[in-house]
Amino acid sequence: MSKRTVEVTLATSGLDAEGRPQRSPLVVNEGGRVTTLEPMPALEPELEGEHMLINIGPQHPATHGVLRLVLELDGETVVRCIPHVGYLHCGFEKIGEYRQYNQIIPWTDREDYLNSPGNNVAFSIGAERLFGVEVPPRCTVLRVIALELSRIMSHLVWLGTTCIDIGAFTPFLWSFQERERIYTLFEQWIGARLTTTLTRVGGMGADIPDGWMDGLRDFIRTLPKTIAEVDRMVTRHGIWVGRTIGIGALNAEEALNYGLSGPMLRASGVDYDVRKDFPYCDYETYDFEVPVGTTGDVYDRFLVRMEEMRQSVRILEQAVERLPDGPVNVDDARLILPPKSKATSEMESMIHHFKQVMEGPRPPVGETYVAVESPKGEKGYYFVSDGTPKPVRWRIRPPSFVNLSAIPKMAEGHLLSDVIAINASIDIVMGEIDR
Amino acid sequence: MSTPALVTAGSAAPDHVPVTPRNLPNRGGPANPSAERIRLRFSAAHVRTEVVWGETTVYIQPASALEVVRYLHDDDAEQYDYLADVTAVEYRDLELPVQVVWHLRSIPYRRFLRLKAELARTAPLRVPSVWPVFKGADWLERECYDMFGILFEGHPDLRRILMWEQYQEGYPLRKDFPLRGRFSRSEQLRQALAAQPETRYSMHELSIADAFEDLPAEMRQRLARGQRPGE
Repeated sequence: MSKRTVEVTLATSGLDAEGRPQRSPLVVNEGGRVTTLEPMPALEPELEGEHMLINIGPQHPATHGVLRLVLELDGETVVRCIPHVGYLHCGFEKIGEYRQYNQIIPWTDREDYLNSPGNNVAFSIGAERLFGVEVPPRCTVLRVIALELSRIMSHLVWLGTTCIDIGAFTPFLWSFQERERIYTLFEQWIGARLTTTLTRVGGMGADIPDGWMDGLRDFIRTLPKTIAEVDRMVTRHGIWVGRTIGIGALNAEEALNYGLSGPMLRASGVDYDVRKDFPYCDYETYDFEVPVGTTGDVYDRFLVRMEEMRQSVRILEQAVERLPDGPVNVDDARLILPPKSKATSEMESMIHHFKQVMEGPRPPVGETYVAVESPKGEKGYYFVSDGTPKPVRWRIRPPSFVNLSAIPKMAEGHLLSDVIAINASIDIVMGEIDR
Repeated sequence: MSTPALVTAGSAAPDHVPVTPRNLPNRGGPANPSAERIRLRFSAAHVRTEVVWGETTVYIQPASALEVVRYLHDDDAEQYDYLADVTAVEYRDLELPVQVVWHLRSIPYRRFLRLKAELARTAPLRVPSVWPVFKGADWLERECYDMFGILFEGHPDLRRILMWEQYQEGYPLRKDFPLRGRFSRSEQLRQALAAQPETRYSMHELSIADAFEDLPAEMRQRLARGQRPGE
């Protein structure tokens, strides 16, 4: 039995005057017999009809969690978009007021769960500023490694799920394979994959094990190949380009005024990256570039995130080279637990152990707002202390929450199917939005 | 006053130092120059300035919040073009006032400023909304209202955001709100089971749909009062 081959080519002859991809006839080559399919008939004149109210979510795979969008449609065009959030609200900030500082770190894993190591580091930087301690250089470099690995991890998930939303399945498998390798690295380091609880106030939960750096070097050597592969497959693909260019665009002024941050803001052309502008963890000493887009549409956000992954690899290469020897924790008996053998044999260590576990370390009275560049944007932690072991107020500044608040502005006027692409391009994590 | 030099893209402020106890004291130290300019310009509204771990906090009168934020946003020497956060703080000592906090960034000058307004507990907690200046304040103020019950005057759509619209228990992040909620677990479960997902549309949304007119008049009235058919 002979196989019959059917080739279908979609010719994209560019964009029309309004920025939408031009429709071209499909050409079907069926065993040498070429038929040109008729172009799609022009849209029928608009029928008199009432606007339609449709509901997307909260249980819908394309909403990336439990986002609910109520859309008012005129035909297929979105007239009004009303987002509803809060389905995952757990009261993290309230719970934090009843916990010691080190006990809050596991909660930070669960808020933006694609970026757990990054949240742990951000929390620890903030709490250390409140306590007034300075971590050793080895700890700072390890934290940079954790931050950049978690950025790559989050962007890979974003890439995979966005490709699925827009209709490409293979990049999803590639990016999740790479993400799996990062999870393996974190598992070797701290023992957990998703909820890492990597840091402590004043140091790290654990130093890296022997031979771990070889695994990391292996990863940063091969990741660019995967990124290049996705790049070849997607970046110039007709369907991808047609569904992303000109969709959900925000100009620089609007993006800044809406408080967007991270790749969303940079895609619109604003050169603001917390790592460069308000550095922490010695980021000013690393050599890397910040990609900035021009039009601020879904396609630019995609390009910015792809380039950020490459830049993260650059930072990781430098961090691997400069990792110094030495301790990972501060030498401060107020904050860091003594080794168990000492706690059971020496009087002083036992007292420190008891005081820390039963009461918890006490920061001085004060407040601080610490922001890091998370994969989603400016992730801030605001602490207010009244001198007791538990914070008076622990506030999470959620970048996804603020980025999502601009979705009515971005979606209105576009087609229903574009709402899915716009929503994917925001890179929301509902755990962080609802907290 | 001369306009300070803008910072080139992709670099930190020229006087940037990592915040460590070696570099900066807990209290005091160099304040953000904007604080002094606010004090001179809004002498009636300015209350005091504090510097903690290198971060400048300017306390202002609540009524002039919008005015000060608008000046910080519009003035060429300030250019605070980025509103990072709007939130509130309530201390465990219930004698102390509730504070509303704005975190502002000037990206061209690489400056960070915290504005605070103290709201006395004797009157309803009211403060002007900064939404006319920063559209990003929309959801942040809604969340602050939802969690603390602070009324932002001039906000276009001040309703609950994380809790549902008919939530009756109060404001969760207030210190008088118990960690486990006001109602018992059985009562919370009963309410959750009694709620009907079909009625999760707000009145605003139902007014768009055709189906609203088809509802019985009695149900429409109850929906208008914010009740659920199951309750």
